[in-house]
Amino acid sequence: MTEAVSDFNLGETIVFWVCGGLAVLGALGMIISRKAVHSALFIALTMINLAILYVANAAPFLGMVQVIVYTGAVMMLFLFVLMVVGVDSSDSLVETIKGQRFAGLLLGIGLGLLLTVGIGSALTTSGDIGLTAANDAAGGNVQGLAQLMFDDYVVAFQATAALLITAAVGAMVLAHRERWTPRKSQPELSEERFRDGGHPGNRPSPGVYARHNAVDTPALLPDGSTSLDSVPGPLRARDDVRDVDPADVDEIRELTKGVDS
Amino acid sequence: MNPANYVVLAAILFSLGAIGVLVRRNAIIVFMSVELMLNAANLAFVAFARMNGNLDGQVVAFFVMVVAAAEVVVGLAIIVTIFRTRKSASVDEPNLLKY
Repeated sequence: MTEAVSDFNLGETIVFWVCGGLAVLGALGMIISRKAVHSALFIALTMINLAILYVANAAPFLGMVQVIVYTGAVMMLFLFVLMVVGVDSSDSLVETIKGQRFAGLLLGIGLGLLLTVGIGSALTTSGDIGLTAANDAAGGNVQGLAQLMFDDYVVAFQATAALLITAAVGAMVLAHRERWTPRKSQPELSEERFRDGGHPGNRPSPGVYARHNAVDTPALLPDGSTSLDSVPGPLRARDDVRDVDPADVDEIRELTKGVDS
Repeated sequence: MNPANYVVLAAILFSLGAIGVLVRRNAIIVFMSVELMLNAANLAFVAFARMNGNLDGQVVAFFVMVVAAAEVVVGLAIIVTIFRTRKSASVDEPNLLKY
């Protein structure tokens, strides 16, 4: 068996192991991490490393497209949808099919072993012709790809154009929500505000007695009691409203004694 | 070392994506795993293009990227629509159909 002709030099070996390892780590992290946002970031890591591997494989154009289309557009779209769907939409631990998780893991590992062992033994004698000749014939990688795309594959190229337009229209149709009720006008909104239970004006701002300016400090009413309306709702719900020091109230009352109110 | 290592790496990434599809229940993560499988196939295409000294593999990988982008747009729109009506992004929810 003769050694295959190869331009796989030491530098590329290092790039392969570092980027390949990071790509596998990213893929593992995507499967393991509990939060969907972490999964998205891990898979972005994998995709960036794959872009570097494309460049190392004499495909600089595909490397750039990978960064722009996948890490730039697709992953950011994923993050946007995660924001819409809710960041904390984590997995349910209930198995609808008994033992499905374990079986899936087993089958996946089996598939991986079969693929790697099969490919590894089949490709030991494979050659490495390299793309230098093909690229030089066209005057460069991008020129070579362009020649193929607009000549041999022009029908497929047109079909992808149609596919992209269909996808854009489909996304618009699917994401569109019909408005069933007419939009509320300004008079209607203001009427709603004055209806019972509403609060017509601005609510008092918190912390206005010149001792604190934190939002968890309630405003003081003229009689020295506190107004819970002045504290933001989430703080009230979490019971995080700061108690007012009676000494502070007395001090302010002392200071404003002579002032006409 | 020879470029066949890239194909083996692609096989590993593909099986990791398959495990993700089989094990995870969040529709968005399942979708990300599908993207990972597409990327692994792309890596194999690029490695084969280099091994055979032929640019056709790179063109096919480019077409795969275009199709994947279109697929992501429609798939995520479907997930958002399902989430609006069901308030859940779990792939197990449609099992209610059997009752």
